[in-house]
Amino acid sequence: MKIEDVEIGDELPAEQPDVRVERVREFAKTAGMLTGRFVDHEKAREQGLPGAILPGIMSQALLAAVIHRWAPGCAIQQIDTVFRAPILVDSRPTTRGVVTSTDTDAKTVDVDLTIENEAGETRVLGTAVVRLD
Amino acid sequence: MDVEEIKQNWLNREFDVAEFPITQERILAYVHACGETDPRFSDPEHPEFQAPPTFTAQYVGRRILPRDFPMLGFRGFDAGKTVVLHGPARPGDMLFGHSTIADAYEKTGRSGRMVFLVHRMEFVNQKEERVSTVDWRMVRQPDAEPEKSQK
Repeated sequence: MKIEDVEIGDELPAEQPDVRVERVREFAKTAGMLTGRFVDHEKAREQGLPGAILPGIMSQALLAAVIHRWAPGCAIQQIDTVFRAPILVDSRPTTRGVVTSTDTDAKTVDVDLTIENEAGETRVLGTAVVRLD
Repeated sequence: MDVEEIKQNWLNREFDVAEFPITQERILAYVHACGETDPRFSDPEHPEFQAPPTFTAQYVGRRILPRDFPMLGFRGFDAGKTVVLHGPARPGDMLFGHSTIADAYEKTGRSGRMVFLVHRMEFVNQKEERVSTVDWRMVRQPDAEPEKSQK
């Protein structure tokens, strides 16, 4: 994808990432975050949570992967994520993105990003600066 | 201790340097777990094979806060992360993560006073080339009761 192909308002394809406990356990293991609140619903409930929750950095990594599928070969220069509320493990969240500005000289676009839960509530939001050649 | 004292006493002072060896196995495990499909990150045979952009966000140093840093209560949460990319991290690299407190500010929410600490890790490789800057916004709740369990 080239910068000339992108317009403000373009939407990234919505995706439903895999956040089953098996996958989250895999992420938590490699990231050194194998604690109950991320990989065990019962232990998470003992801590006052509604169930096991996705590590924040996994949410960020899921959004980066969405950008790479939208624009293969692009370079993410910056990605910022706000963990507004937890995403539950074994739920069905949806990732979304929309282009909010373009810079043809720098060949970059700004993208607003969200992850919603099944109720359509935004749980994670963020922005990314992406270079398109 | 209030935020102004934190700024005066603790900001931008390096308090930790930790080493992180980059391996192909760890990149592939991370990439698989987060559903990354770009071959630059998932295919070791790709000529530009490297760690994905958020890879260094997983790392924490030997200390999260400087020695003798004020507790600011027993409760807190992770409010977000920013990653700024400067260069690639590739298998065989050794990254050095330099930790500072880059900012501190206060907000008041439904659960009371919240102190935001921006923990910054500057990652450079073995050639002293910049790789990434990761800002981790940690929230401390000085007035909140301790959690029932800290498991």
